[in-house]
Amino acid sequence: MEAVILALIGLVVAPLLGGLLAGIDRRVTAWMQSRQGPPIMQAFYDVAKLFGKEPMVVNRWQIFCAWTYLLASALSVALFFAQADLLLIFFVQAAGAVFMVMGALAAKSPYSQVGAQRELIQILTYEPLLILVFAGMFMATGSFNVGTIFAHPEPLIAKLPLLFIVLTYALTIKLRKSPFDFSTSHHGHQELVKGVTTEYSGPFFGLVEVAHWYETILVLGVASMFWATNVFWCALLLVGTYFAEILLDNATARMTWRWMLKYVWSIGLLMAVVNLIWLHAG
Amino acid sequence: MLKKFINKSRIKSPWIVHFDCGSCNGCDIETLACLTPLYDVERFGIVNVGNPKHADVLLVTGTVNHRNKKVLQNIYDQMPDPKAVIAIGACGLSGGVFKDAYNVVGGVDKVIPVDVYVPGCPAKPEAIIDGVVEALNKFAEKAEAAG
Ligand code: SF4
Repeated sequence: MEAVILALIGLVVAPLLGGLLAGIDRRVTAWMQSRQGPPIMQAFYDVAKLFGKEPMVVNRWQIFCAWTYLLASALSVALFFAQADLLLIFFVQAAGAVFMVMGALAAKSPYSQVGAQRELIQILTYEPLLILVFAGMFMATGSFNVGTIFAHPEPLIAKLPLLFIVLTYALTIKLRKSPFDFSTSHHGHQELVKGVTTEYSGPFFGLVEVAHWYETILVLGVASMFWATNVFWCALLLVGTYFAEILLDNATARMTWRWMLKYVWSIGLLMAVVNLIWLHAG
Repeated sequence: MLKKFINKSRIKSPWIVHFDCGSCNGCDIETLACLTPLYDVERFGIVNVGNPKHADVLLVTGTVNHRNKKVLQNIYDQMPDPKAVIAIGACGLSGGVFKDAYNVVGGVDKVIPVDVYVPGCPAKPEAIIDGVVEALNKFAEKAEAAG
């Protein structure tokens, strides 16, 4: 019973937090560029407007895929709040991400196709990292259960510092931020238009946006497990990480997928393995 | 209440797609200047999305000619309703200095319905921002009339 209530709270709170975070993100970005920026509530206005637009699709697959993506990401957040198994959450989230790509592949537009291919490569890049992070958590706490990991008496970051950095790679990719923003560019008037989201429009694009908020909260939730013992330090860790993401986004340009795959896999996997060996030995 | 919020959001989140029909680039530079820190149109939630399928407002600069009128029509058709069109500069309004050229059709309104006309050669960024605000009021009215 308690788990159901927690899951429902997660379902309601996560998009609100995610939307607010998107608004704050744009504000801070504007501040870094010495602009004023949009209102904090901007993300909600955007999505409400999208829902008010005429539904226009290239084919029915897009409707199905947009809804599945939303459902899967909402479900993964609900499972996280209900303190379910990390591996289950991981697979539900991955299924959603793949449906999003399928919707983009269903349209023949070259931008959408290129964006979808790149999104697949991004998924290929961050999923192994996430699995390794979860494996590290298992080695440190002896469980894949979110509740048990949260109840662990010491902060995990002391044991898994390198894996936290590995997780921030996944976070940057998931947030679609530079230098890894090549499946959908933030500024649409570039070579890629809007990449994987180009062909989603109106209410269906709104669904994709809301699903994206859910995913953001999920990854931040995973990050919060690294310092679950103290609310203050946990908040500081999250705020610091997100601020670093925005800074990185503003300070770097978009790279190529080859670079990402080489860089993230070599450095990321190396750090993960070193951390795991250290954990095993110590 | 939800309807009200959606209507309010329409005014607060105009996404723009800019099409250079056959402009001398004078008006284009002024249009893009609106995005710079000096004018910062993102304050009003305006985003240059560069994708007609995501856009609410179509900004057209320059004259329409026989070659690009189909492209203009195509971009317009790809935008989901409700949408608004803004013609920018003397060229977009009537053809401007190129009006009598053999290949020029004339202003933007020869091909698609235009909601707001922003005059000038080139139009000032302030005038363009004003035009967008005017267009938003217009389609808020339209949305209200439609219920
Ligand atoms: S109105 Fe003037 S500045 Fe604008 S496109 Fe025409 S000639 Fe160029």
